[in-house]
This record gives sequence, structure tokens and C-alpha cells, in this order.
Amino acid sequence: MAKKSGKYQAVVIGVSAGGIAALEKILPVLPEDFGLALLVVQHISADGGNYLVEHFSASCALEVVEAADKERIQQGTVYFAPPNYHLLVERAKTTALTVDAKVNYARPSADVLFETAAEAYCDALIGIVLTGANNDGAAGLARIKQLGGLTIVQSPKSAEATVMPMAALKALTVDHVLDLEEIGPFLVTLATKREE
Amino acid sequence: MVKKKQLLENEQLELELLLEGIYRRYGYDFRDYAKAHTKRRLEYRRTISGLNNYAEMLHQAIYDEDFFTSLLLDLSINVTEMFRDPWFYKEVRELVVPHLKTYPFFKVWHAGCSAGQEVYSMAILLEEEELKERTQIYATDFNERILSQAKKGIYPLDSIRQYTANYLKSGGLQSFSDYYTADDRHVILKSSLRERVLFSSHNLATDGVFGEMNVIFCRNVLIYFNKELQERVLQLFCESLCPGGFLCLGTKESMKFSTVMEHFEEVAAREKIYRKKRR
Ligand SMILES: C[S@@+](CC[C@H](N)C(=O)[O-])C[C@H]1O[C@@H](n2cnc3c(N)ncnc32)[C@H](O)[C@@H]1O
Repeated sequence: MAKKSGKYQAVVIGVSAGGIAALEKILPVLPEDFGLALLVVQHISADGGNYLVEHFSASCALEVVEAADKERIQQGTVYFAPPNYHLLVERAKTTALTVDAKVNYARPSADVLFETAAEAYCDALIGIVLTGANNDGAAGLARIKQLGGLTIVQSPKSAEATVMPMAALKALTVDHVLDLEEIGPFLVTLATKREE
Repeated sequence: MVKKKQLLENEQLELELLLEGIYRRYGYDFRDYAKAHTKRRLEYRRTISGLNNYAEMLHQAIYDEDFFTSLLLDLSINVTEMFRDPWFYKEVRELVVPHLKTYPFFKVWHAGCSAGQEVYSMAILLEEEELKERTQIYATDFNERILSQAKKGIYPLDSIRQYTANYLKSGGLQSFSDYYTADDRHVILKSSLRERVLFSSHNLATDGVFGEMNVIFCRNVLIYFNKELQERVLQLFCESLCPGGFLCLGTKESMKFSTVMEHFEEVAAREKIYRKKRR
């Protein structure tokens, strides 16, 4: 099936404390022909190096890379924001990095990624807020919803840290609240969904 | 949904007219900066200024010079630190300094020097390598306000812990506290670090070649430009460098896709240090 013609083109994920364990329940579930691009902001220390990419490359069927500046976003690839840089999406569906001040005490910040991705993809975007101990991602998820994208929040009861999911649930009426284990399989069904 | 997309496009059009207006009124050219970033910064100013849209913002920017000055500050991201990416400075010591030691005199240009932290880091490094007397350092930025801070070399006290840690990781040879005095709120860098430095205004988007350099630092500036402007500025650096001169970019900036690359060889891949070929 030509999945490129599906309704959704990209997934953005914001996650903080407890993130690696949470992502392990999602990213390895996605099949090689998933067909959507994934852009992930995992809060990580400035000298975190390339750890995330190495870790998930081993367990994922999809290609996993660190996002570079001004590159075309490829379908079926997982992009991690590099430590100490914000990751943005341009309207032309290319990546951009900046060293701007922290947002929500974070660099990379999920809000920065979400808000720019929302404007680039509009209703072809899926936004997900996972476990974390601050408010990052809530405003960005609201913007995704406002521009017609699909919004998902990890259920606080399945989250290692509940603050981030709770903040998102407070900021908007999200489309789906899912337990951690449900998110990966749900994304797989969304990936094959066509334009109505 | 078509409507929402149209709204976004209308907004983008207004934003481009705003940048055009700023350019024609003040000569500052942001038309070729990375768009998503520019929009975020302007959106921030629009919201806190209570403006309804970018057309209103254009009007205010054209008539109100103080408002324009705040826009200029919003759009020039001055985030910086001393010995940023300490491993980069380590490579400068190991790979660039040995060449500089063979020159009786050499020139260093810091393009986009912000509040000067990068300049003072290099001044310290050159002093420790006993090259200070042989160098002339040029430090430029297009933001006059940040340049006047750079000339003072006074930074908030709470930054010193990070600067010290960076200095140690960068292979510093002294105690970092030798280079500053502190009061209850600031660190004041030793004024002798400035002896070989000339600060001046230079806009990479609109100004020309800055001649005969042996080393150019331009770190975390190109990342804010679109590909066309990056290309223009890399060309400018190529023309400003002596044969055998070094170009140092930010960690996430690269010359890989530039036509200028044929004139350079890569000296350190991760640190983004390049050297201009001798032909
Ligand atoms: C993020 S700071 C980088 C400072 C320092 N080089 C570093 O890496 O820490 C970017 C600097 O580039 C300057 N800048 C931006 N556009 C410029 C232009 N067109 N010409 C000259 N400087 C510019 C800004 O004013 C700012 O000080």
C-alpha cells in the first residue's frame, strides 16, 4: 500500500523524565513501512552526546538519526533533537536548529518543535505528550489541535511522571488519552488511515 | 482546513512585508533568515506588544525607532558562553595553534561575536600559547548594543561556574580565576585580554569582505540563515581568508553542501574546523 498518500505525514513527540523507558514501548513497535516521519524532543542534558540515537537505532525497524540543520524530513525516519539545540520544522518540511534561550527551562523544547511543526503540517500532524515533570509541550499541543492536527496524551496513570501529561490535558481537549502500551499500535493504525 | 492554510499563508505574506519594510527603512536585512525561527521571535514580540497582526507591527516598526530596536534584539539571538563546546577549543589548541606558531603575525576574526565571550576565550587561549603579541583580533557583530557589552567584558556572576567548568574541559593551562575579578554581582574580565582586540560593527548579510584573515570564527550564526544567505556568507569568508587560513563553524553548521567546499579541506569533522587550500 502506498502509505505516502495517507492522511498523516508526521508525528511529533515531547517527553521528559522517564522518557527513554516510555519511548522503548513506542518506537520499536513501529514497522519498517510505517511511512510517517517522527520528530522527538526528549529532554536531555547538554552534554548528552549521541546516546539516544545509538540506543534506539539498535531496537527500531525505522531509521533513527539526530536531526541536522536544514535537511529535508524523510518519511519513515525518527529524528531526535540534538542536546542543547531547539529543533524546528520549516514550512518547506525541512528541519532547523537554533541555540535560542531555553523554553520551559528546556533546550530542546517540545513547545518549539510542536508549534513550528503544527504550522508546517497542519491537519497532517499527530502530536504526542508523554511522561515528564514540567509543562513543556502543553502549549504546542494546543497549537497542533488549533491547526487541525490529532492530539494524544499518555494517560497520567501509566506515566512515570504525571506533570507533563496533566499540563497538556489542562491546556486543551485532547483527542485521545492512551495508556503507554496502546500508543505504538494506535500509531500503526493511524499510519494507514486515508484522507476522508 | 483549506481556510486555516490560507490564513497561515496570509500571515506569512504579512510577515515577509514586515521584513521588507524593516530592510528598506533601516537597512537591516532579515529576509533570508530561517523562517520558522524568525516567526517565533516576531510572534513573541507581537503578543507582548498587544498587536493584532504583522501589518500593525510593520506600521509600528517603521514609525517607532525604539520599537524597531527591540525587534532587532529579538531577532539577533545573543545566547553565548565562554569556551562554548570545550572540546572545540581543545582542537583549536591542538590543530590550529601549531600553524599559528609558525607565523610572525596573524589576524583572527570573530564574526557574530555577541557579548564577547568567544573573543575572550580565544584571547585567553592565545595568551596561554604565548601568541598574544603576534596577533590582531577583530570582533564584529551587527548588533551595536551587544557590541558595547562585548567591549566591557563584564558578565553576570552566576555564569562563572559554567565558564570555569568549560575552561577546564577545554584544556586551559592556568587557574580560570586568574582572568577575572568579581564583585557581588559581576565578573569583570582582565582588561589586558582586550589589548589585541578591535571591536566593530559588521553585518554579514549586507557588508563586504574583511581582508586577509588567518583564522575566522563564525559559530552559531549561520544556523539562523537560510541556505542562500549561508552560501553568500561562506563565499565572503572564503574571500576574506589567506591561503592556509582556518574557518571554524558551530557544531551543527557545515560547509558540506556549499560550493565553497572545494576551496577547503576538513581539519576536524566534529568540531567543524576547515582550512582553506593553498591552490
Ligand atoms: C547565537 S550568537 C553566537 C555567539 C558566539 N559566536 C557563540 O557561538 O557563542 C549569534 C550572534 O550572531 C549575530 N548576528 C546575527 N545576524 C548577524 C548578521 N547578519 N551579521 C552579523 N552578526 C549577526 C547576533 O547578533 C548574535 O550576537
